[in-house]
Amino acid sequence: MLISEFRGPGFTEVQWQYIHSLATSLDARQLMWASGFLAGAELLRSGETATATAVALPPAAAAPQAAPAAQRRLTVLYASETGNSAALAATLAGQAAAQGLQAATHDLADYKTRNLASEQDVLIVTSTYGEGDPPQPAVGFFEFIEGRKAPRLPDLRFAVLALGDSTYEHFCEAGKRLDRRFEELGATRLQPRIDCDVDYEDPAQQWAGQLLAALGPGAAAAPAASQPGPAASAAPAPAAARHDKRNPYRATVLDNLVLTGRGSSKETRHIELSLAGAGLAYEPGDALGIMPANDPALVQDVLDELGLAAEAPVSLQGEFLPLAKALNERVEITAITPRFLEHWGTLAQAPTLQQLALPDQAEARADFARHHHIVDVLRQFPAKGLAAQDVLAALRPLQPRLYSIASSPSATPGEAHLTVSVVRFDLHGRARTGVASGHLADRAAPDAVLPVYIQPNPHFRLPADDVPIIMIGAGTGVAPYRAFLQEREARGAAGRSWLFFGERNFRSDFLYQTEWQGLLKDGVLTRMDVAFSRDRHAAGDGKAYVQHRLQEQARDVYAWLQEGAHVYVCGDANRLAPDVHHTLAGLVAAQGGLSPDAADDYLRRLQSENRYQRDVY
Amino acid sequence: MQSRENDLSQPLERLSADERLKASSDQLRGTIARSLLDPLSGSVPETDTKLMKFHGIYQQDDRDLRDERRRQKLEPAYQFMIRVRLPGGVCSAAQWLKLDELARAYGGDSLRLTTRQTFQFHWVLKHNLKATMQGLHEALLDTIAACGDDSRGVMCSVNPQLSALHAAVYDLARRASDHAIPRMRAYHEIWYGEQRVASSEPEEPFYGRTYMPRKFKIGFAIAPVNDIDVYAQDLGFIAIAGQDGALQGFNVAIGGGMGRTDQAPATYPRLADVIGFVAPEAVIAVCDAVMGVQRDFGDRKDRARARFKYTIDDHGLDAVRADIERRLGFALQPPRPFRFDSNGDALGWQTGANGRHHVTLFIQNGRLVNQPGQPLLDGLRAIAGAHEGSFRLTPNQNLVIADITDAQRPRIEQLLREYGLDNSQAGSALRLNSMACVALPTCGLAMAESERYLPALVDKIEELLRHHGLEQEPITIRMSGCPNGCSRPYIAEIGLTGRAPGKYNLYLGGGFHGQRLNRMVLENAGEAAILQTLDTTLGHYARERQAGEHFGDFVVRAGYVEPVLAGRDFNLRRPAPAGTAA
Repeated sequence: MLISEFRGPGFTEVQWQYIHSLATSLDARQLMWASGFLAGAELLRSGETATATAVALPPAAAAPQAAPAAQRRLTVLYASETGNSAALAATLAGQAAAQGLQAATHDLADYKTRNLASEQDVLIVTSTYGEGDPPQPAVGFFEFIEGRKAPRLPDLRFAVLALGDSTYEHFCEAGKRLDRRFEELGATRLQPRIDCDVDYEDPAQQWAGQLLAALGPGAAAAPAASQPGPAASAAPAPAAARHDKRNPYRATVLDNLVLTGRGSSKETRHIELSLAGAGLAYEPGDALGIMPANDPALVQDVLDELGLAAEAPVSLQGEFLPLAKALNERVEITAITPRFLEHWGTLAQAPTLQQLALPDQAEARADFARHHHIVDVLRQFPAKGLAAQDVLAALRPLQPRLYSIASSPSATPGEAHLTVSVVRFDLHGRARTGVASGHLADRAAPDAVLPVYIQPNPHFRLPADDVPIIMIGAGTGVAPYRAFLQEREARGAAGRSWLFFGERNFRSDFLYQTEWQGLLKDGVLTRMDVAFSRDRHAAGDGKAYVQHRLQEQARDVYAWLQEGAHVYVCGDANRLAPDVHHTLAGLVAAQGGLSPDAADDYLRRLQSENRYQRDVY
Repeated sequence: MQSRENDLSQPLERLSADERLKASSDQLRGTIARSLLDPLSGSVPETDTKLMKFHGIYQQDDRDLRDERRRQKLEPAYQFMIRVRLPGGVCSAAQWLKLDELARAYGGDSLRLTTRQTFQFHWVLKHNLKATMQGLHEALLDTIAACGDDSRGVMCSVNPQLSALHAAVYDLARRASDHAIPRMRAYHEIWYGEQRVASSEPEEPFYGRTYMPRKFKIGFAIAPVNDIDVYAQDLGFIAIAGQDGALQGFNVAIGGGMGRTDQAPATYPRLADVIGFVAPEAVIAVCDAVMGVQRDFGDRKDRARARFKYTIDDHGLDAVRADIERRLGFALQPPRPFRFDSNGDALGWQTGANGRHHVTLFIQNGRLVNQPGQPLLDGLRAIAGAHEGSFRLTPNQNLVIADITDAQRPRIEQLLREYGLDNSQAGSALRLNSMACVALPTCGLAMAESERYLPALVDKIEELLRHHGLEQEPITIRMSGCPNGCSRPYIAEIGLTGRAPGKYNLYLGGGFHGQRLNRMVLENAGEAAILQTLDTTLGHYARERQAGEHFGDFVVRAGYVEPVLAGRDFNLRRPAPAGTAA
């Protein structure tokens, strides 16, 4: 049991101490009971004022099963294309209210799927579209519920009202799919599904009337309402062996998709990994270390150039393994290093290379490295009759790569999401990829396994919930902000937030566009400004980057800073970070009437107060 | 007039949400100006999309990419369709060049000729809307009321031979359009950046705050060609000429309309009724009177039944005619005789009464793009650069290069050859009488392909025609991707409306010149079933037709379908005779 050091929402110090002492004194079973009791307390309280039966409920009867005896919550979910389902759902909710049932109504288009497992009684209304497809706005929900991430729903009771048009081959198919799937997930059917044709009004009313009568306050408790006692095994599994850089956890890929739309000049991916049961805890702002493997095709090319067998045994850190495996998993075989130039210069008797390895040749070496990978050097400066172990000595150990985690554990427990820009280019007529990004793009389909660990980033942290934040990022630099906002949403944080995002083209490169739109709509994100540097508008503006948007909003940015906002910068270290810093200094000077030096002091003070944090690479 | 519980006399809160939206839109301003500036979305909010229709703009998205982009966490690939207001389909060569320039800059290198004689731009991004609208303005074109609950683009027969009559009728069509469109200042403020001017006068003396209950279509036909499908118009004028060829006046037809909803028997296509004759001077007054009746009595509770055709059937033709006459202050004269013999276009070269030449080009489904071997857009730009006359867009989505002098003709002929446009009449007579709406991927209403599919279907029908020796027989075939019927499918001899991907309703028995609705013979059918039914009926037609008998008339006589005598009977299903269409 972990007691948060943060006081929960709206508790007074005294209330919090009560809760704290209760939580630390109860055993696991008592805690489970208490959580149910507390969850039901509000309903019990509202029931007391609403209905006479609840008031008359003798305390003795309430005692052992207080929580289950309370009215179950009814939720009406609907998926609508043309509005019929929506209207029907509203009618049903009204009907329920008339019978004294509290019913919440949600459009599946923006229903928070993570709430599903905690629903109690669910009535679903859906129409069918096209070839047995769900209404377009609900496609996301269907993918979720029919996908591998759907939760088990043993405590849920449900009923499906399907709307359709019987002249179609796949009549009411969307409803049938949900009906089937909820059963598969362990939910209990309250009443058999009804498949309504275009003249749905009367049958739908009748069906709903029957259902609501059974759920009504006067109805006998339905069988599913008697819940089994809390399982003793509910305590979390003992933590597994600690995973870190040396002992990475083998995470399974859950999803891997391209975020950038057609016609993009980039390939940016969203990758979801399962950390379930790994005992890996992280906080928003942390990074995930990934130990990539080299491209097997490149390993083969290297072996061919070396003229060595894949199985040739080599020793690495006291361990014997085949050369191919070592080249694949243990050493860098793309970018050249001085060590490699020196070793290979000797092995291949190539003075040019040895020359380049000299300490004073850094510039020439860098230029050479831009145009040659290891395999190109092997090709241009061949050496024959080599020992495998000698080759290995020229290569340095493969290093893990760090990616800012793009998810919050509060929003997606047991998962870590990454936003990965894939490096692809041509060299000497051959396609090349970045080591890790190529691995993630080409060899990390769902179900693949990746060695990972958490790399904490204590200098990139959210402030207290009520403090405003300004987040500035370009490209994949937006990843930690996705985590921040997920976290703030999960916590119900009240602080304002402002995101500045830059990329190349609006239409193809607006990473996580629909998520930001949703967060703005829900008020989790307060403001957002965007800059797309490669869009050519009829208006004819010049290239725009995030710092230009920052400058345009100088007055408000400064006001936020004066009100205590924390500023975050994430992305490119060479361009973005200095440009943004310069712009911030300028706007602080202009808005605050400060000299350049005083403006620098202002920013330095922000940094020392941890109010100006950067994650740049 | 009978019950008024669904019309404008009711308080706003009892009418449909669209009526409340119009009323609260500040005369069609809404929040459009602000929504255009929102950099986080390529779309505008739903309320603004509805208001923008009155400005001639439809928000759409590339439906081919919808699912892909949703998975990518990107919003749909939003873009806008802009429909130009082009009364009678006439535009100058200079206007053509500007339209071509805008299509290349903002419209995905494509222009579309519509079934109501105008141009549509597709693929225009939100941030390019203003520039496109201002570009049109430079060419003295606008898009007011090209969509929305108002008087839509006014049609006019193309008729190239009867030069003087066409000039007189076209002039009235243009004046009717200018008169009947909204007066809104919002258009000038939003698209041209003009200042809002304070005024105590109402902005819309005719339309008021709630405009029409639904779209309202006006068209002028010049017999004997019913190219505009005058019976499909809410208000049709049929020009009557004297012995000398001069315009005497118009027969007035009211209550046509194509749109219907599948599985909703209370909705149906309806052909217009001819109710009388008026002199040319009364045309504008007739527009006001007829539109006034519909404005005041049209259904404002149920948009599916808000077209004028239902107002007429609900209140009775006689009552509607009486109210029109009351508003006019005089009685309509009895209709005068006239004769239509086709609703198609005469392709190729013709010479008008004034000695000017006209060439009508067949444009498949009205799509102007550069295709390998047929650079339509480039060719027409070159012709517009050399042409001293005008262009006329036909209601069958074809194009007339009009008013060519003797001296100019060789130059135009040479350009047509140069760009491969002189063989545009290849194909069966059925193909040349084919029409399809845009549908997928841009139209939000489409349930099935139309423009992208009809040519391939016609390839297969042409095999049947060859087999039965019917290649030279003109047969009208029209396809729409949904039941709303932009291609006027319900008056084709062969009509097809989309139900689901690859699935269509098939209708047979429409009148060849648009005088009779067709009737459904197959519901929700795939290509194989459609071709089988066409093979049977076309084969039978080839064997047993009478001299001059059209296919639509034959299938009625042979008993494949019962004729539809009134729109409200359109949805009656009678069992087909055994052994025929099933």
